[in-house]
Amino acid sequence: MKKSLVLVLAMLMVLSFALSACAPKAPAETPGEAAAEPKILRTNNAFEPGSLDPALAQGTHDSWVLDHTFEGLTKKDVDGKIVLGMAKEYKLADDDVTYTFTLRDDIKWSNGDPVTAYDFEFAWKRALDPDMASDYAYQLYYLKGGEAYNTKTGTADEVGVKAIDDKTLEVVLASPTAYFLELTSFYTYYPVNKKVAEANPDWAKNADTHVSNGPFKLTGWEHNASITLAKNDNYYNSSVVKLDGIEFTILNDENTAWQKYLGGEYDFLTPLPQAVVAQLKAEGNPELVIGGELAVYYYNLYNKMEPFNNAKIRKALSLTLDRQTICDKIAQGGQLPAEGVVPFGMLDENGKEYRDGVGKLVEYNVEEGKKLFAEGLAETGYKVEDFKKFSILYNTLEAHKIIAQAAQEMWRTNLGIELQLENVDFQVKLDREKAGDYQISRAGWIGDYIDPMTFIDLWVSDGPFNDAKFSNPEYDRLVKESKATTDQKVRMDNMRKAEKILMDAMPVVPVYFYTQPYAQKPYVTGVFKPLNRYPYFIYADMNK
Amino acid sequence: MKKYLLKRIAMAVVTIWAIITITFILMHSVPGDPFRQESKMPKVVYENLHKKYGLDKPLSEQYIIYLGKIIRGDFGDSMKSRVETVNDMIKRGLPVSAFIGLEALLIAVVFGPALGAIAALNQNKWPDYLSMIIAIIGVSVPSFIMGTVFIQFLARNIEWLPIGGWGSFRHSILPSIALALMPLAQLARYMRSSMLEVLGQDYIKTAKSKGISKATVVLRHAVRNAILPVVSILGTVATNLIVGSFVIEKIFGIPGLGMFFITSINNRDYPLIMGTTIFYAIILVIMLLIVDIAYMLIDPRIKLTKEGR
Repeated sequence: MKKSLVLVLAMLMVLSFALSACAPKAPAETPGEAAAEPKILRTNNAFEPGSLDPALAQGTHDSWVLDHTFEGLTKKDVDGKIVLGMAKEYKLADDDVTYTFTLRDDIKWSNGDPVTAYDFEFAWKRALDPDMASDYAYQLYYLKGGEAYNTKTGTADEVGVKAIDDKTLEVVLASPTAYFLELTSFYTYYPVNKKVAEANPDWAKNADTHVSNGPFKLTGWEHNASITLAKNDNYYNSSVVKLDGIEFTILNDENTAWQKYLGGEYDFLTPLPQAVVAQLKAEGNPELVIGGELAVYYYNLYNKMEPFNNAKIRKALSLTLDRQTICDKIAQGGQLPAEGVVPFGMLDENGKEYRDGVGKLVEYNVEEGKKLFAEGLAETGYKVEDFKKFSILYNTLEAHKIIAQAAQEMWRTNLGIELQLENVDFQVKLDREKAGDYQISRAGWIGDYIDPMTFIDLWVSDGPFNDAKFSNPEYDRLVKESKATTDQKVRMDNMRKAEKILMDAMPVVPVYFYTQPYAQKPYVTGVFKPLNRYPYFIYADMNK
Repeated sequence: MKKYLLKRIAMAVVTIWAIITITFILMHSVPGDPFRQESKMPKVVYENLHKKYGLDKPLSEQYIIYLGKIIRGDFGDSMKSRVETVNDMIKRGLPVSAFIGLEALLIAVVFGPALGAIAALNQNKWPDYLSMIIAIIGVSVPSFIMGTVFIQFLARNIEWLPIGGWGSFRHSILPSIALALMPLAQLARYMRSSMLEVLGQDYIKTAKSKGISKATVVLRHAVRNAILPVVSILGTVATNLIVGSFVIEKIFGIPGLGMFFITSINNRDYPLIMGTTIFYAIILVIMLLIVDIAYMLIDPRIKLTKEGR
């Protein structure tokens, strides 16, 4: 009788064979093109995108694909500089808030439609539409009336973006924004084909109906399995695009992905397992590239609670944290010890590295730390034993755990305090930070745009991500003033001052600046990594 | 038989309703929120999102709305994907997971009991020890280690099979074997002990003394009786295999259903948590029913109702 059971199972298996046969399939080979082998770059996107609609996209796994399929008014060139993209020129009026963009004449969507100023107006208003409930709508709050429309206190007509004709787009900002042309290269600012999106609201859900205006177009999307891009012949600058396509698998196990890279199934891979980065670095493997990243890893201290409301205690924690050791021996992913809250790579008013102008604002000095800690304890009346009831909160992940353990040990050795470690789900950690239900918590911030402001304005008194609850009127004033001017000298001076105030009060303890290590096969050339984006393959080539 | 089935189905519906209710309460009492992010998201955007997914309504109302949807077979929209609904995700993931699961189940069902039977028939001899060593390895080595070892040796070093990913039958072989080892070992151990028990029974001795050949005794009497306890655990084993394994799917990069059981909870993706849990419950209830029927067919002593006699 066991036979019948086996029979049932075998039948079920045949059935699922049939079912799966109609689901995932390897893309069919294109026949008749044996002469020149198409140059398809194969890589991995660790997670399924939540959306490939510029208005709804919100993470790296969405934007990596979008950055290759769309192009905004401006774009980033190989050096990371902002250059014109869909626009051929722009004018900024004397009021510092009115931009007039003129679009190029030769720009088309992947379906052949011309790209018009109306597509930009439509896309931006669409992302701000409260019914759209876009996570990233606030990226468009720079537009006059943008926030009001998104929060239902204004209308779409009042938003400061208007197509004057097919080629002219007038944009009015809420206040002068020095980095606005940087923002227009960001994906929430990408255009959307108005005709297509109005006819089919689900246009971005499938490869067949997806329409884009960038160097590549979406040709395949097997959910949770793979994404295929092909060169877009309608792209105005397609002559510089050497690749015929890009194939992303969607596989989130870093180790398996690395095995596939070693096995020759990928030409390019990021992120890499931490141990692999350490190993490649140690052996000086030329396939490893440590790309820059615009992000900082830090510990929040809950400034509203004793004894963390005491600046000496907070500074003592910072002074006794050995960041070099954490980067070299613990994290081992090519991270750089933090020198403040603003990472490397951004330029000041003279075109020089911003960090050079502000200097190293955190240091490792155990003696000074011990001294301040003793003073802080005396001022607050706390004892070393009292720290036993406080904990370092982090979201459950091995990489955060080992750093928390290292910090715990450093503070134990240097200050004699015994902090607890507490790991929770990421969502729980965020909830507890918002509620102020923590003492020390691990956090990270990835810059939205390339300007120190994306970090500095985190700690204004009412900042939505100011979970340390830092508040300083002078700091708020400096930020506000910088936001109201496009004078780079004033802005940079203010931000330098602000960062010094911040690091003098130390409401958060910066640990390291992230980097993005990646591996590429020797025959891959021309990949470039903009500071705040995943690597671009737009100018990449393969010479096997 | 019919009456029995109807009773079982009615019970199943009540069970599933209870599971829905308990999951709903538990899920909402766990701290965390699907739309909190490490970002500068203003409060209004956060509220827009809550409104869009109906999270601004009182829980009791959300519960009633949800039950209404479930009755219509609609699991709702995922809160993390703007591309697929929960129904789409299950529809897409299930065939993949079920394919690998059934392949694994077939391996386990064929080799597990056989291994156990061989061990029992050769008690305390080398085939017994060998079988049990295999079983202990299967039970004690976690599947993520097996998976990694398989990838390293069978795929990377010897290049017999693809390293990971999905697309052809070849892709399914390694994950199926890795997935099968644990249930295979379990089945082998169950089979061994129940076989040993049966072999000591009087009716086996009677059969032997009647001069029936050893093969007939083993196959007709011993195996048939010994397999009963093994069949009873098959329902749970089969369900676990069919709905997919998070670990195996992650390691091998398989776009199945197993992944959602963990990611949905980590993301607090409420509709996906409910969808996967209810779906799992339904499959489990069906499997247990099949097992009961199989039991009845195998063992003529078990009769479920008076009519069946």
